[in-house]
Amino acid sequence: MPDLLDRDLVVVTGKGGVGKSTVAAALGVAAARRGLRVVVVEVGARSDTLRLLQGSAVDHVSVTPRDAMEEYLQDQLPRAVAELLSRSGTFSAFVEATPGMNELLTIGKVWELAAPRRRLPGAQPYDVVVLDAPASGHGLALLGAPRTFSDAARVGPIHRQAGLIGATLGDPSLTAVVAVALPEETPVNETLELRLALRERMGLELALVVVNGVAADRFDGGEAAELAALGAPAGSPVAAALWAHARARGQRGQMRRLRAGLDHPPVRLPFLAAGIDAAAIGRFADRLKRAL
Amino acid sequence: MITALAGKRVVICAGAGGVGKTTTAAAVALGLAADGARVAVVTIDPARRLANALGLDSLENEPLRVDAHRLAGHGVEVSGELWAMTLDPKRTFDELIAHLAPDEQSARDVLDNRIYAQLSGAVAGSQEYTAMAKLYELARDGRFDVVVLDTPPSRNALDFLDAPDRLAGFLEGRALRAFLAPTGLAARVVGRGTSVVLGALSRVTGVELLDDLSAFFGSLGGLLAGFSERVAGVKQLLTDPATTFLIVASPQREPVEEAIYFGEKLRAAGMPFGGLIVNRVHDHTRGHLPALRAPLAAKVVAAAAEMDSLAQRDAAAIARLQLALAADVVAVVPHLAGSVHDIDGLAAVRRHLFCG
Repeated sequence: MPDLLDRDLVVVTGKGGVGKSTVAAALGVAAARRGLRVVVVEVGARSDTLRLLQGSAVDHVSVTPRDAMEEYLQDQLPRAVAELLSRSGTFSAFVEATPGMNELLTIGKVWELAAPRRRLPGAQPYDVVVLDAPASGHGLALLGAPRTFSDAARVGPIHRQAGLIGATLGDPSLTAVVAVALPEETPVNETLELRLALRERMGLELALVVVNGVAADRFDGGEAAELAALGAPAGSPVAAALWAHARARGQRGQMRRLRAGLDHPPVRLPFLAAGIDAAAIGRFADRLKRAL
Repeated sequence: MITALAGKRVVICAGAGGVGKTTTAAAVALGLAADGARVAVVTIDPARRLANALGLDSLENEPLRVDAHRLAGHGVEVSGELWAMTLDPKRTFDELIAHLAPDEQSARDVLDNRIYAQLSGAVAGSQEYTAMAKLYELARDGRFDVVVLDTPPSRNALDFLDAPDRLAGFLEGRALRAFLAPTGLAARVVGRGTSVVLGALSRVTGVELLDDLSAFFGSLGGLLAGFSERVAGVKQLLTDPATTFLIVASPQREPVEEAIYFGEKLRAAGMPFGGLIVNRVHDHTRGHLPALRAPLAAKVVAAAAEMDSLAQRDAAAIARLQLALAADVVAVVPHLAGSVHDIDGLAAVRRHLFCG
């Protein structure tokens, strides 16, 4: 199996709020440091990673279904006809009325960015595309849209197009899915569920699991007991220490649960009280590079 | 928080993913039920342990009553009724079709349609549509004084506000129906121009897919009046004075920005904002360090310093939220070190929401 960053497309997903953008940005920076031409893609007019990629050689694209739609029409039809269809609102009515069509157009644009030969006239190919995908459920819907449509449209251009995209997404030598989690109850559950759903619906395995926000545990059991015996009041420095210890212990339990459900150990990224900026992304990129 | 919820019949918890919406919704429902109301809470994707604790693991797609003894065992006295359910989007959709169809055959035509079967389960936004449909149904059901809704884990909370319109667009196939019907409006109005447009459309989509869609919309024909009525009803419900939105956030950058954005959209849409709940908040440490061995003392100082820096971040985040949202009512729930995915956890969150 090729290295994560040797694939055309790396899809980063996970529960909402787990720090998918952090991991997508760090993977982008890791790829750029390797000398690869890389773009981090967000969907639905989001730009969460832009701030994190400042000063890096990583490109950033935000894909909207509207732009993807225009581009698809330009690619498929003579210019005048594409414009007529676009202006008449017929195609957007078709997209609006067809469940899942927005997702298909969006993932289609991501696929176009990742293709070794770009369809967009004059566009240079990327070595790797990192998709900062929506949260698990929506992320799976996005990945599954091509397969759904190649089934739903039995023949015709949508069937063909969806088949091409689906073939890339379903090929583990071309596409890798990275799950991001936190060492907490629901994100761990969702990661384990994602792993099963991915296998069942797409025939894909998780290429990598990254756990964000792993807190340092400064205290061993003996020290914690010693501190607890002081009976310090709520809000005191000792109470803060005990709180941190309890949280770290809870995180360890969740890490064990996660590890037990995976084939490979997850990569851990530390909790940063000061928040995450471009410098932190650089350090995370190092950490991921060592793990790849 | 109690005053913000007085007299409300629908409470919708909205916010970015991962901020604790489900737990908040369940704790709000628990608090209202403890105060004597008959409450139904609709959760989208509860943690398994919370689901087990509340009996949410039922597959009924209908609220089930949470056993008062089960709650009393954790020191929570409920003088009203707490009902809870987990939304099953696909099933809610099927039920909606069956409910709105004029007869059984029309319902079957839709449910058995290839396009519907292929696509209805796969629609990314189906949780948004169906959460709305369920909310409407329960709000009109006389069994409950209040319905509390946990919104879907969307990356963009706005999807939820758009849901009624998108529901209409999706199910009516509005503009497209006009083009596809042999005697459609477009053919009559635009005349020859239409055939060029339709030809171009079928070139990029395929004639077969258009035919299948046309058949699908045809089978929906008998349900359209019901859908339009339903969509109008949902919109009305969302702007009703007895409905309120609680914005849930945690004090990190993205959830804060998303909460502010959502608040602006609520205001623009004329939907009622009832209050702000900030979860996972840290508090400054107070008091002196007791006499400890030097290495241990240094570690305690480091842990306290980290807590203080988080407290500083959180205070700034809350101030920004309060100002930007013009929020009079703010409930702050501390970052609990332990799990909040059981009844004890819910009871702890409820204390902060209702007694804080």
